[in-house]
Amino acid sequence: MSSSNAAARIETGSAPACPAGGGKTWRLSGDILFHTAARIAAFIAVAVLFATVIAITADSWMAIKSFGVWRFLKSSEWNPVTQTFGAFPFIIGTLVSSAIAMALAVPVSFGTAVFIAEIAPSWIRRPVAGAIELLAAIPSIVYGLWGLIVFAPIFAQIEPWISQTLGEIPGIGLLFQGPPMGIGMLAAGIVLAIMILPYISSIMRDVFMAVPSSLRESAYAMGCTTWEVAWKIMLPYTRTAVIGAMFLGLGRALGETMAVTFVIGNSDMISSSLLMPGATIPSVLANEFTEATTRLYLSSLIYLGLILIAVTLVVRFLAVLLIRRLGSREGAST
Amino acid sequence: MRRIRKSHSERLFWGAGFALALATVCSAAAYAAGGFTGAGSTWVYPLLAKWSAAYKDQTGIQVNYQSIGSGGGIAQIKAGTVAFGASDMPLKPEDLKAAGLIQFPTAVAGEDLIYNLPGIGPLQIVLNGPVVAGIYLGKITHWNDPAIARLNPGVHLPSTYITVVHRSDGSGTTFTFCNYLSKVSPEWKQKVGANTSVAWPTGVGGKGNEGVASYVQRIVGSIGYVEYAYILENRLSDARMVNADGKIVSPSLKGFQDASANVDWTKAQDFYVILTDHTGPDTWPISGCTWEILRKNASKESNLEVMRFFDWGFEHGQQLAQSISFGPLPPGTVAAIKAYWKKNLGYSL
Repeated sequence: MSSSNAAARIETGSAPACPAGGGKTWRLSGDILFHTAARIAAFIAVAVLFATVIAITADSWMAIKSFGVWRFLKSSEWNPVTQTFGAFPFIIGTLVSSAIAMALAVPVSFGTAVFIAEIAPSWIRRPVAGAIELLAAIPSIVYGLWGLIVFAPIFAQIEPWISQTLGEIPGIGLLFQGPPMGIGMLAAGIVLAIMILPYISSIMRDVFMAVPSSLRESAYAMGCTTWEVAWKIMLPYTRTAVIGAMFLGLGRALGETMAVTFVIGNSDMISSSLLMPGATIPSVLANEFTEATTRLYLSSLIYLGLILIAVTLVVRFLAVLLIRRLGSREGAST
Repeated sequence: MRRIRKSHSERLFWGAGFALALATVCSAAAYAAGGFTGAGSTWVYPLLAKWSAAYKDQTGIQVNYQSIGSGGGIAQIKAGTVAFGASDMPLKPEDLKAAGLIQFPTAVAGEDLIYNLPGIGPLQIVLNGPVVAGIYLGKITHWNDPAIARLNPGVHLPSTYITVVHRSDGSGTTFTFCNYLSKVSPEWKQKVGANTSVAWPTGVGGKGNEGVASYVQRIVGSIGYVEYAYILENRLSDARMVNADGKIVSPSLKGFQDASANVDWTKAQDFYVILTDHTGPDTWPISGCTWEILRKNASKESNLEVMRFFDWGFEHGQQLAQSISFGPLPPGTVAAIKAYWKKNLGYSL
């Protein structure tokens, strides 16, 4: 509909230009070509997204009909033998592992970004920034193998210490109890944190470097410390981009499959302790998709995929909401 | 400017055309060489890879086997996109009938429990079905439990906590293991059952044999189940088991083959027999099998091609199978398969 309108508009526009000369017609037809190509490209991108959602919904229809929406979301039984499926442990696992990753990666990213943008002497900036960006180039399967073979055994040595110190604190102590296995929710969160760190920190660094030096220098002239400049000048100035960077990292953490599958321990039981094994939606898909022998089983797995898309959309929506609210609050205060 | 743009788009056009032509030629070449495709079980993949390489050398026929998993294999053969499917879990005769499929066994294999107990080496621990079920149900939680101690007089068992390790991915190995536990433990049968993946009452899950093995090697006091071929290759500490005759046995190819030798395949409808917990003095209790699936209404030529390949494997591929710890089917079973082809398809080789 809109593309035919556009074509008509261009046609009427091109009509008087035609007799003007060869070169001009060529330029114009090239322009039309480019417009159409850009339009088609945009249309294809949107169409693929919609087609994916429609196809996934269609394939999960059998499970949606059998288990409903609410029951599937809150049921924690995942039993291929009796063909009863519920998504609750995996939704919790996805959210908790991503939350751990964010809690660890965001402060560290902020620190590295401030270090590179403000503190570091210029000769060290480039190598440090390069090294952090290299982290993003490592394939996730390598993170998984590293997590399992290198990190987990070391972490297993640290875990008894964690459960003896943090585990003794009443209340939150429950989160840090259990046998030292080296794998589990916390291990997955830590590996995820390392994986998303470069995404968050490189955007933060770029936007921090883009803060006008007049702003920074006047703050220093007022007697601000580096911390005050970073926290009170640079961060508020770049807030939207920083939140965007955080949600980019979160999006990656939510969808990460292989690395998590290797280190999370793959158990569909919900445990109060972060040292115990768990599972996420992507890890269950990676584990069980190949041997899902019945239609209902397969359909339930695809249903999980649909829920993951929904979770990602909700997270995105919240991000937009947060940015808007911060924006409007800023408008009110100034 | 115009010239550059034109030549650029021209190059792009020819590039795309070339790529398309190349793709067409390549796929045509694949067809021209003669061959067929199968898909399914990852367990049987090493065997089919060996067989198809040797088969190609002798006959020039290329067998493409895609180890996409049993579920995928069943779906693909139902859809008719492959010439044969492979599954680690046999389809029930009524399901076969409904979908117009037939199935036959390929080779036997086995699996064993591995453990990580410092100071206790391979084959030093003896376990039996009820004890393994107790461990995997989360009822036996320490290595010095009286039930384990009774089976292992003279072995100094530590008081270490038992960490249960299972497969996290759906697998024929899991199906065989759980099928065995269902036979020896009524409680397992009622609470958990058998499938390519189950709702585990306890433990951590590792991806693939290598995932389970690496967890077991890293966690002191852990126990896991892996394929025998993998145990041999990596020299893991594995257990001896008490079999259905009450004898203590070590895993061996002969033990797996004995499990199938004592089965009357001619009586079993559609070869729906699972080789766990069979009788016989040397029989290994956790033996398993993989099945190939054909469509009844596929073209005769296509089915014959598949049948020729497996017939070749049964006859000439025995050494190859043994070299990777797969037990070839006994001659009686192969004869039963041929009779089954004739009966269900109306034609044989």
